[in-house]
Amino acid sequence: MIMSNLDLNNLGNLQKVLPPDWPGGFWWHWLVFTTIIINAVLILVMAFIYIERRGMGRMQSRLGPNRTGPFGIFQPVADAIKVLLKEDIVPDTADKVVHWLAPLIAFVPTLMIFAVVPFGAGWSLAGDLNVGVLYVTAIGSISTVGVFMAGWGSSNKYSLLGAMRNVAAVVSYEMPLVLSVASVVLLAGSLSLHEIVQAQSIPFILLQPLAFLIFFMAGCAEINRSPFDLMEADSEIVAGFHTEYSGMKFAMFYLVEYAEALALSALITTFFLGGWQGPLLPPNFQWLWFVAKVFIVFFVMVWTRTTLPRVRIDQLMGFSWKFLLPLSIINLIATAIQVLVLPEGSLWVMIPVNFTIAAVLILIGSNFFTPGRGRVEV
Amino acid sequence: MLTNFGHIGLYLIAAVLFTLLMLGIPIILRLIKVVPHHPNPIKNATFECGVDTIGKTWVQFNFRYYFYALVFLALDVLVVFLYPWAASLKTLGYGGLIGVLVLLFIAIVGYLYALRKKVLEWQ
Repeated sequence: MIMSNLDLNNLGNLQKVLPPDWPGGFWWHWLVFTTIIINAVLILVMAFIYIERRGMGRMQSRLGPNRTGPFGIFQPVADAIKVLLKEDIVPDTADKVVHWLAPLIAFVPTLMIFAVVPFGAGWSLAGDLNVGVLYVTAIGSISTVGVFMAGWGSSNKYSLLGAMRNVAAVVSYEMPLVLSVASVVLLAGSLSLHEIVQAQSIPFILLQPLAFLIFFMAGCAEINRSPFDLMEADSEIVAGFHTEYSGMKFAMFYLVEYAEALALSALITTFFLGGWQGPLLPPNFQWLWFVAKVFIVFFVMVWTRTTLPRVRIDQLMGFSWKFLLPLSIINLIATAIQVLVLPEGSLWVMIPVNFTIAAVLILIGSNFFTPGRGRVEV
Repeated sequence: MLTNFGHIGLYLIAAVLFTLLMLGIPIILRLIKVVPHHPNPIKNATFECGVDTIGKTWVQFNFRYYFYALVFLALDVLVVFLYPWAASLKTLGYGGLIGVLVLLFIAIVGYLYALRKKVLEWQ
């Protein structure tokens, strides 16, 4: 009893020293969540690599890695140790500083995205940041700079080509991505990721099916996932921007690729699938719902990768500028009108309306849009 | 607000330190002779696709990318105005919607101009 009184007194003194809007647990909050986020990213990336290799193996009628540990679950660990012990080769003609800094600049922004993603009720480093969506879109595009630095610094023409294709894809798909998030913001009425999750009494995938599809496709194009992975297309430009990388620096780019996939899955979960909300589980275990939804979204990404063939550069650009962009603008206006016209609390009316809009727009749009044919000079 | 950005700033420092640590481990392992380091001219040549590279690397790039970048710049500025509007549409009401429709109309005219001029065609 005396001890707890003393503790309370100490806490009171501590709070007098700090400015009034800094809560007492500032450093603890930062320490706990930084540790959780960095560890969770590493562990989930390993799980993703395992899922991708095994899932792709199954879908391509082969086994996938199955020798390291039970069912091959230690394969990512073995890969990490192997890559750590490899020689680091830098080309003589490379721009050494740019070549060395590129993995750093590509990885840090990817890690920064997770600072605002809530994975439980109030569980995030800064989930109630009131400009959360803007923060995510701003930070998320910076890793492109790292990728371009890698392509430029390698002194390799194929790397430079891959890096340019990456920048072109990010520039093209940024608009549909951002506009489809804007329609989610319209429904939630807030830019804070935490409030967007709390606004989803009905998951927004039902209210915004078209925005979900556009966000998924544009996101896949931005993070170089197949079928939009022509910036590292093995059959055309060796390995794209990371051809000249080896050892740990190559591993960093590998990590960036999967950390971006994880970030995209987490953002889709937050914006469209109701985030950490879910039935059955007690409040302290709702992060399990979040992790489960992230895995489901990533599985769909693996599925599309094995199903669809790679597109060509003119098809990639045309698909964004002539199909996704007009659709996302029309969807945004339609959502704004619905939000204004429909009375408060009648969200369920939007479900049939928006599914109809999505079907009609996709049918009309696909009549007008034709992917390019014949030979194209790239 | 201040707390959030304080957390994010400290987290940025932690993320940079973590990445530097990851990149630094092989350097330390190389110093204690665990990771090999035997450079030679052939190994350190530019790989490309296995054949010797011809000419210099930093060549002129394809001009078509430039058009896309220009159209992107023109349209992306729009979004900076769309986000605050989207967050507070319920209080702004129909006036806000009409204002944004005018803004969108101007941007769409620019987009249609680019489309008619065949800037968005890959040719």
